[in-house]
Amino acid sequence: MKKIKSPDELEELRRSILDSRDPSEVSVSICRGTGCTASGGETVTTALKDEIQKNGLKEKVQIRITGCHGFCEQGPLVVIQPQGIFYRQVKPEDAKEIVSETLMKGKVCEPLLYRDPVSKERVIQEDEVPFYKQQQRILLKNNGRIDPTNIEDYIALGGYGALVRVLSQMSPEEVIETMKQSGLRGRGGAGFPTGRKWEICRRARGDSKYVICNADEGDPGAFQDRSLLEGNPHSVLEGMLIGAYSIGAREGYIYVRTEYPLAVRNVEIAIRQLKEYGLSGEDILNSGWGFTITVNRGAGAFVCGEETGLLASIEGEVGEPRPRPPYPAERGLWGKPTNINNVKTWASVPVIINRGAKWYSGIGTEKSKGTMIFSLVGKINNTGLVEVPMGITLRELIYTIGGGIPGGKKFKAVQTGGPSGGCIPESLIDLAVDYEQLTRAGSIMGSGGMIVVDEDTCMIDVARYFLDFTMKESCGRCSSCRVGIQLMYQILSDIIEGRGEEGDIELLEEISQAVIDTSLCALGGTAPNPVLTTIRYFRDEYEAHIREIRCPAKACRHLIQYTIDEEKCNGCTRCLRLCPVEAVTGEKKKPHHILQERCTQCGACLEGCRFGAVIIKDRF
Amino acid sequence: MVRITINGEKTQVPEGWTILQAAKKMNIPIPTLCCREMVSPYGACRICLVEIVDGEKLMISTSCNYPVHEAMLVNTDSSRVLKARQMMVEFLLFECPNSQELWDLAKEMGLEKPRFNTPRFKPVDKNCILCGLCVRACELVGVNAISFVNRGTHREVTTPFKMASDACVGCGGCAFICPIGAIKIEDKDDKRLLENWKTELRLNKCKACGSPFAPEIELRLLQEKLKNLAPEFLQLCSDCRRKNVSNKVKTLKTGPGRAYLALSSLSSPR
Repeated sequence: MKKIKSPDELEELRRSILDSRDPSEVSVSICRGTGCTASGGETVTTALKDEIQKNGLKEKVQIRITGCHGFCEQGPLVVIQPQGIFYRQVKPEDAKEIVSETLMKGKVCEPLLYRDPVSKERVIQEDEVPFYKQQQRILLKNNGRIDPTNIEDYIALGGYGALVRVLSQMSPEEVIETMKQSGLRGRGGAGFPTGRKWEICRRARGDSKYVICNADEGDPGAFQDRSLLEGNPHSVLEGMLIGAYSIGAREGYIYVRTEYPLAVRNVEIAIRQLKEYGLSGEDILNSGWGFTITVNRGAGAFVCGEETGLLASIEGEVGEPRPRPPYPAERGLWGKPTNINNVKTWASVPVIINRGAKWYSGIGTEKSKGTMIFSLVGKINNTGLVEVPMGITLRELIYTIGGGIPGGKKFKAVQTGGPSGGCIPESLIDLAVDYEQLTRAGSIMGSGGMIVVDEDTCMIDVARYFLDFTMKESCGRCSSCRVGIQLMYQILSDIIEGRGEEGDIELLEEISQAVIDTSLCALGGTAPNPVLTTIRYFRDEYEAHIREIRCPAKACRHLIQYTIDEEKCNGCTRCLRLCPVEAVTGEKKKPHHILQERCTQCGACLEGCRFGAVIIKDRF
Repeated sequence: MVRITINGEKTQVPEGWTILQAAKKMNIPIPTLCCREMVSPYGACRICLVEIVDGEKLMISTSCNYPVHEAMLVNTDSSRVLKARQMMVEFLLFECPNSQELWDLAKEMGLEKPRFNTPRFKPVDKNCILCGLCVRACELVGVNAISFVNRGTHREVTTPFKMASDACVGCGGCAFICPIGAIKIEDKDDKRLLENWKTELRLNKCKACGSPFAPEIELRLLQEKLKNLAPEFLQLCSDCRRKNVSNKVKTLKTGPGRAYLALSSLSSPR
């Protein structure tokens, strides 16, 4: 490949790529994001390739291995272009029919189509699936359309056009002004205005400066940064190039966890291609400015996502946060001014340059502009990644896009922002999701994780789950975070196991406040949020546990017992066979009983009973 | 110079100073556990908390590692700060219930009944507040024999792989600096035992009296680092050195001025 030396040459390349491609050519896009690969994407790919080969279509049909399409619940996903036919839950044995019917005859395979659970109608096109229809996909738009390992796919769709524009027509100050006007705020969670952040770093004194992409996504249930890096790494790199140019940096790092092997691989390939095409290195596009990007793999410590911990880690030190001030913008990596942004923030940059600050700031709410990618997980029908404008209500997210709660259960709460966030109860379901509203509700935007819980979930257990996480992930440097979280965890365990004491709620609140006030970094500073929000919205559940030794959700093992309704039990012996501790007794065709002293409350009998005869009662 | 106000009192201090340094200059007491002038501040114990007034916000931070800035307003004795400090001592006592130093500090702060030293909270007795003074002192000595390992509740200070250290010189700097006296060093026969670091070092014998006095490896380090050190320091135990000096003073017999000269002829380790 000849290096691209000027904006004109890039445009020439784009034209030649488009000319060589036939828009009516049939292509099969197979989602090979981590989710679809885990649900069998690899065998589906092999089967489709074999079948295409067998039918002599190899020259006519293009197979495109793409990144995450977002609708992980329905994976593996296959989309046939140019018609845009959307197949879900594809199995290797479906390959034959896809090739013989759709590829050869242009017919749709009905059973592979998505069926709307409400209208029961089959949907053919990807865009028409309600899950996608309600979204506004700006960052994720190209995930299903490009092969992330092929830079030409990205260039063909206008990729690196924003970089050309910036290098040939804009001064660094103009770029920063555009970012400020767009209203883009940091997508890592804290929401600091991106343009202002860049400006501070640009003005900071230093002979060399750095830009860093924080891809140390570590919240349980969040996988949007991963999917962007896996599916469209060039969008992130283009954003970093533009940012680096504006700040005056000549070196950049992508800090990504080793547990994301596909993201690491794809971004490394992308960086290599960038170099080959002359879009990194010295004198990029004849601008006189040079920039190189290095991948730095993290070992998976949650605290390394905290920016000063991340810097320590890149420097080869123990990943431990450092006191601020000085802030990284003044003294960051190796003591030089450093600008750190999240994956989604970087990926938003080329879009803003291409479509303009005015267009971007037209999306969202007064203070939170643009779109946000949320990962919808937990007790929700449509698990996956959704990209929506800021200000969308929780109701739209959970019911319209998310498809509601499985099993006809009642929605109880949603934890936003991972372990640093808080839970938002059903009563606030019409809350418009943006930075301000989430903060007001006691939670945070965070990295965009949304864990939905239903009525069968105990909120104290949810709080304890997150504290267990932060307790193990705390670096342990400051006593407030190390000990405070541990003590709160012990108190919550006591409450869950029926040993709660009067005054525990107040004690939890007091410790929470102390940990928030006195911790060195944001890990400790936000760790009590799950506790404080569950107390705020579900105080009655805490009180029931403490005063009545009762779990209202009937979820806490120590406070419930399983019994068998003799009238409903027909003695099928299924529960007896399922019980792992032989706690069920009874004869065939006669009502069974559960020996309470043996029962470990694992719930196997309840799940297995087909007659609804197993019931949960309060133990005390 | 930077103008700052602490507890309503105004002063000027050089740029780059910490709040703690400024308070010290003004004779405003702030309790500390993990801060010593000889090593850089680390902010681990969270005892030296103060309140920084930032516009309408009141922010709590450690004072040992927070640099002063122009027109800064600080409170060291607001009820919120005092309460937060008390809580930190309660936290540390939970991990180190047998530290007399911590109980004394608690008493000083008016903490009558620490709440987490009851049977309800599973005691851990780490016998270490993880302040890292020993780690920093070891760094200063230049041997880096110990460091923090693990994270969160499993964090501790130890030698690599928790094995006997081949880097430790047995200087005892760690034990000397530990604010809660948690590091045990004992000389037994001709060996120095460092229980915490599972390390044993053979002691060199004093050339004069023959009693074991310092680990060979420490003497070698001293020789290497302090080129002007008088040979006596490497050969004699402290008792014999003292005797030596007094003998020299005696032989001079011509007034205190001479005594000073005699002393300075033994070039000091500094």
